[in-house]
Amino acid sequence: MRFGFMFSEVAQGLRRNIAMVISIILVTFISLTFVGTASLLQLQIGQMKNYWYDRAQVAIYLCTDVSPEATCPRGEASDDVKAQVQERLDSATLTPFIEEYYFEDHDQAFANFQEQFAGNAVAQYVKAEQLNETYWVNLYDPNQSQIITESFTGLSGVEEVRDQRSYLDQIFNILNIASLAAVSIAALMLISSVLLISTTIRLSAFSRRRELGIMRLVGASNFSIQLPFILEGVVAALFGSLLAAGAVLGLVIFFVQGFLAERLPFTSFVSLSDGMLVVPLLIAAGVVLAAVASGLAIRRYLKI
Amino acid sequence: MISVQNVTKKYRGTPRPALDQVSLEIDKGDFVFLVGASGSGKSSLMRLMLREDVPNSGSVHVLGENLVGLPARRVPFFRRKLGVVFQDFRLLPNKTVSQNVAFSLEVIGKSQGFIQEAVPDVLGLVGLAEKADRLPSELSGGEQQRVALARAIVNKPAILLADEPTGNLDPTTSEGIMALINSINLAGTTVVMATHDRSIVDKMQRRVVELSQGQIVRDQLAGGYGTRA
Repeated sequence: MRFGFMFSEVAQGLRRNIAMVISIILVTFISLTFVGTASLLQLQIGQMKNYWYDRAQVAIYLCTDVSPEATCPRGEASDDVKAQVQERLDSATLTPFIEEYYFEDHDQAFANFQEQFAGNAVAQYVKAEQLNETYWVNLYDPNQSQIITESFTGLSGVEEVRDQRSYLDQIFNILNIASLAAVSIAALMLISSVLLISTTIRLSAFSRRRELGIMRLVGASNFSIQLPFILEGVVAALFGSLLAAGAVLGLVIFFVQGFLAERLPFTSFVSLSDGMLVVPLLIAAGVVLAAVASGLAIRRYLKI
Repeated sequence: MISVQNVTKKYRGTPRPALDQVSLEIDKGDFVFLVGASGSGKSSLMRLMLREDVPNSGSVHVLGENLVGLPARRVPFFRRKLGVVFQDFRLLPNKTVSQNVAFSLEVIGKSQGFIQEAVPDVLGLVGLAEKADRLPSELSGGEQQRVALARAIVNKPAILLADEPTGNLDPTTSEGIMALINSINLAGTTVVMATHDRSIVDKMQRRVVELSQGQIVRDQLAGGYGTRA
């Protein structure tokens, strides 16, 4: 079938069902925006993991006077305790794993705390003695934090050994749940967009059943009967995917880079090039879904 | 050209077969009337020849194709060698006369050049050259059937199947249509026409195949509608 003729058939079909076509565009737009957001969120999680896991330290918190009795029966860690910890950190068994470590005393901890919670009411009430003196340990391989934990947990004068990654994992869990929620919503919306596309194509085929009957009668091939309808679905979905792609890129440019990145300068966020990575995915998903949905919908009009 | 052998066609839910062991040979250039009461099996037989249906048993060969074994994807290409007209014309109401004829060529991928030449030719042949730009609703019934005939023969089919082409037309108009179909036949096209129109069959004196209750009860050369042997 000639291209011009087919194009006019597609345009006619789209015009006839304009309300349904708009609803296809909107539903595909929204569902694919959710898909895109979920993908971006996954990319963001991956990037943050890379960034933070490398910087995550293991903290050996020493006892203070206000530490709970159970772990610190003798109160404030003595110089003996510090010497013992230091000795172990320098021992031949641990040095191969440790990139570096440093000691943070009460005053430094207090200074850091004040900086971190500047403007927060808690900063005014906390006193230097209440904050743990800490050995901060950087490992060559952050995955091996177990070694430090096992060596120092239970040592008298050590309140707690904590891998900072355990805090990060909580954040990542929340982000993962959020992206899972986005994917679930996207899945539901995609199902409804597929159903909507097939309903629309059926309507379109029904309103053109005369033409279809004549086409079959004069021997138009199944492919040339099918193609205008499939293209109709694909064109509508393509508009939706392009809108979704625009929305996802807009989200990256204006919200992530323009808003989040300015307010949280020390975090690495997804960039525009990551967004560009998602765009072909969205367009391909929209087009393939529409082609399959409308192809199946038109099938029963092809029975000879 | 058309060979139907021992064909039986049953429809679901009906005890009596629509066609019962029917055999029929139609040669190139023949003009055959299929006559018989409603429900006698005329339409079922036409549907089999057009490969809109396949028989439960028996074989149907048309233009050298075995229609029983013909794969579905090749059916469109088979149909391009046939022309078909119906009682209800089946024109597209929103297209003009020439667009209606052109449509059937466009959907089978004919070139624009071929279409621009063939459509005026065939409209001249059916006597509608003046009305090429009218819509079907602006034409009389007879003129609409002429458009349908033009569409059926524009691709120069070897066989013309006509299912009660004069069923909606008055006697005078019918005569005009029959003259046209006759001239198509004289040009070499095999014509198979199902009809209820007694006067036409009696007047034309061509081969008549009469069906009754799914069986051929008469196959007569140069016969009339009711002269049962």
